[in-house]
Amino acid sequence: MSDAPYEIVVGLEVHVQLKTNTKLFCRCSTKFGKPPNTQTCPVCLGMPGALPVMNKKAYFLGMKTALALHCGIPKFTKWDRKNYFYPDLPKGYQTSQFDLPMSEEGYLDIQSTKDEFEPRRVRIIRAHLEEDAGKSMHDEAAGKGDSRIDLNRTGTPLLEIVSYPDMRSAAEAKVYMQELRLLLTYLDVSDCNMQEGSLRCDANVNLHIPTDHGVIATPIVEIKNMNSFRSVERGIIYEARRQYDVWQETGKVLGELPKQTRGWDDSGQVTRAQREKEESADYRYFPCPDLVPVVVTDEQIEKVRSGIGELPAGLRQRLQSDFGLSTYTAEVIVNQGRALVDYFQELAEACGDHRLAGNWVQGEVLRILKDQEVSIDDFKLTPSQLAELLKLIQAGDLDSSKAKDVFTAMLESGKSAADIVEDLGIERVDEGALEDLCRMLIERNQRVVEDVKGGNEKAVGALIGQAKKENPNVNPGQVRQICLDIIQNM
Amino acid sequence: MSIIQKTATEQLALLRSGEITSVELTQAYLSRINQIEPAVGAFLRVESETALTQAAEVDRRREIGETLGKLAGVPVAIKDILCTKDTPTTCGSKMLQNFVPPYNATVVEKLRSADAVILGRTNMDEFAMGSSTENSAYHPTQNPWDTSRIPGGSSGGAAACISADMAPLSLGTDTGGSIRQPAALCGCVGLKPTYGRVSRYGLIAFASSLDQIGPLARTVEDTALLMEVLAGHDSLDSTSVDTPVPAYSKSVHQPLESLTLGVVNQHFGEGIDPEIEAAVKQAIATYTSLGATIKNIEMPHADYGIATYYIIAPCEASSNLARYDGAHHGYRADHAEVLAELAEDGSDEGPLVRMYRKTRSEGFGAEVQRRIMLGTYALSEGYYDAFYLKALKVRRLIRQDYDNAFGEVDLIIGPVTANPAFAKGEKTSDPMAMYLEDLYTVTANLAGVAGISLPCGFTESGLPIGLQLQAAPFQEEKLLRAAQMFQNATDFHTRRPELS
Repeated sequence: MSDAPYEIVVGLEVHVQLKTNTKLFCRCSTKFGKPPNTQTCPVCLGMPGALPVMNKKAYFLGMKTALALHCGIPKFTKWDRKNYFYPDLPKGYQTSQFDLPMSEEGYLDIQSTKDEFEPRRVRIIRAHLEEDAGKSMHDEAAGKGDSRIDLNRTGTPLLEIVSYPDMRSAAEAKVYMQELRLLLTYLDVSDCNMQEGSLRCDANVNLHIPTDHGVIATPIVEIKNMNSFRSVERGIIYEARRQYDVWQETGKVLGELPKQTRGWDDSGQVTRAQREKEESADYRYFPCPDLVPVVVTDEQIEKVRSGIGELPAGLRQRLQSDFGLSTYTAEVIVNQGRALVDYFQELAEACGDHRLAGNWVQGEVLRILKDQEVSIDDFKLTPSQLAELLKLIQAGDLDSSKAKDVFTAMLESGKSAADIVEDLGIERVDEGALEDLCRMLIERNQRVVEDVKGGNEKAVGALIGQAKKENPNVNPGQVRQICLDIIQNM
Repeated sequence: MSIIQKTATEQLALLRSGEITSVELTQAYLSRINQIEPAVGAFLRVESETALTQAAEVDRRREIGETLGKLAGVPVAIKDILCTKDTPTTCGSKMLQNFVPPYNATVVEKLRSADAVILGRTNMDEFAMGSSTENSAYHPTQNPWDTSRIPGGSSGGAAACISADMAPLSLGTDTGGSIRQPAALCGCVGLKPTYGRVSRYGLIAFASSLDQIGPLARTVEDTALLMEVLAGHDSLDSTSVDTPVPAYSKSVHQPLESLTLGVVNQHFGEGIDPEIEAAVKQAIATYTSLGATIKNIEMPHADYGIATYYIIAPCEASSNLARYDGAHHGYRADHAEVLAELAEDGSDEGPLVRMYRKTRSEGFGAEVQRRIMLGTYALSEGYYDAFYLKALKVRRLIRQDYDNAFGEVDLIIGPVTANPAFAKGEKTSDPMAMYLEDLYTVTANLAGVAGISLPCGFTESGLPIGLQLQAAPFQEEKLLRAAQMFQNATDFHTRRPELS
């Protein structure tokens, strides 16, 4: 965006559906995709007289996430009611956390594998728990048709993670979301399925525009309904351009217009102004009298902290420092999730050559996983089976192109590397025999000698082809090097 | 003496010894109701059939020697604010006229497992908002001692059915005095337990941090008996407290030695009816004669009780009652009428918002609407700190007053109300006068302490006068024992209104 006449300022509010079996304040199942209104009870339906009881598991999953985001955990937090009328909110209020959230002040570091931006630390304002609302399905024909409401989702635990407006491009926002999802996946606190809504993102976006009279800020717009990483990126890019156009047209700056909410329309690839829930939102927050404040102890916090395990940022470091992987390879492997990292580690230890293992996992293994659309758990070769193959490469018994042939055959047949090598008749060629072969071919092809001596090293390729015909097991690289050496010394 | 004039404790003994059956007892109450109810109007629904079925079942189980619960075969009336499975629960409101809960309130479960017979649903001020039961959307309740007067409220039906011998026991709820005030005005005993002592699960919320369910009965002993069944921790109510339940019905007969009672001077200030003042002072003298020590105590913030209460309770109510929006539970304004209205006044309000507005305007009565507006206003941006937050601070100071007082005395003694039962319609157009009915009772709710109302005299015109005792949190046992001492020394609880 360096060529744009403005700087984009982005803060994200991410709603994470926590992986609990039951809802935040009742024991209804949180399973997705059940027939409408079958996973409800008097509590989540907000029936008169029903009372909420907090799901401790949700609280601890929230705490685990907050700790992984380096947030502080206050010892005393409480629940508040956010009051507003909407048909998908059967109680007329949402139970949330207002002035004493369960966690505050953390950060998430992001960096681009494609060098789109400098590494950045995005600060987190807070992460708090709240209950989800239901789903409304509207017939938009005004005054006609029905609106239908499904309350299965009502009361599902959400962790709302609010960042500072620290991001400066759509790409940063996308990578922040990807990094956050990866973290949540490693923590095993959420399914992170954006299509099913278990990871939802709202972005607060405005522009800083340098002018002759100093930098001005455009009014902040909240973009909702971005249900994929791509739509986060595109929505922000679109919104930035739109705000720039509007500013050029109207000259309105921050403070001159109320905060607007716009929805991302993925099919039209535009943001559209949304009808507000209530004219101006006065949620009349107050402490929920049906729930007791939550008091946590140091022991509880430490217990949760000790269950966090290794996280992506630390793992990337470790794969570089302990395994000698490149930044890129470490990034690619870690970004695939914990299971692939484990696979890599086993493979590296079994074969002994960590970088070779890294290259194979990042290259061939990932390519197969993508082609077959399977996860590493369903990959046909165990780390020790693959290690056998890598050992043959290390010993010089296989060149890389032969190794790939063997690899493909192993996947197809399920046989061991050694068996495949035997089946294919691959034999290691003795170095003396190889040199003899090269000398013979040079004698036969004086033209090539002249070309090479004349400065055209590529001409040696003709000899490699002939060598392969003579003996399919020769290593083309070796043939090339030996031939060049002989010719240079002639 | 007719069986219905006996106490629940006596009736239980007769049931156990086989001298009477539950069906006979239930029949006796049903015929009393048949005879008296038209004059009193204590019930919203009498559930004769299910009551008799339950009674017959208890009798059958007794006959085959089964172990039965603590209230086996005794009828109990339930305030219509307590959810009862498959039974209409209206909360005295048009909004819930067709509401049939698919679940039982925890106290209803407890009554069922104590093998009580549920007689019917008693009348109340709509959503428990009121002090006269005139705010019921269905009909008013008359005071059995003078049917031109109100029975108090909001548990007016619960108190009236006891004093008119239409039920031996009943359940009420008390948010600012709604058990104690009608008990005083109807001449029966009513206990508001400590906040958290009785589960609120299934109690249709008015003000969640103040609401408590409690027993009403003719005698302290019966009150103790019912309290023993109601009390206890409930995993469904996060605010219920897990502390053991004493055997109130056993300990109630043990007098307290070296009892110190606190008297708050403000209780006898301006505005108290002289006959009430005299009766309460006489009651204090009775305690002195029983060996109690009397101490004057200060409750410096008690004067702010009403103001504090009428911020906090409406704030919570405005949120608790938001769910009655026509979309999910209860009454909904007619769709065609909503559209016709919109077409007529040309408003750009959407049909959804108009449906909300019309539903709530038609479904809620005037007092409920008034309190929702009060609460919504007090919680609004810019007013929150000045009203709600300040009220919370005063609430803490009131609790502090109580803590200090209970450091010096065992119980606080005083009046329940400033005046005896007033005439129907007398205060309906003056909300402030009605709110002042709670003057002596709201502070116990704000502080979460326990309070009991028991008969301590009659006015010259024959209206009952109540005595209030208040105890520190979870000291219901002390409260009941002290009340029983008074009842042993007096006979006010034995008098009956003349009804025919």
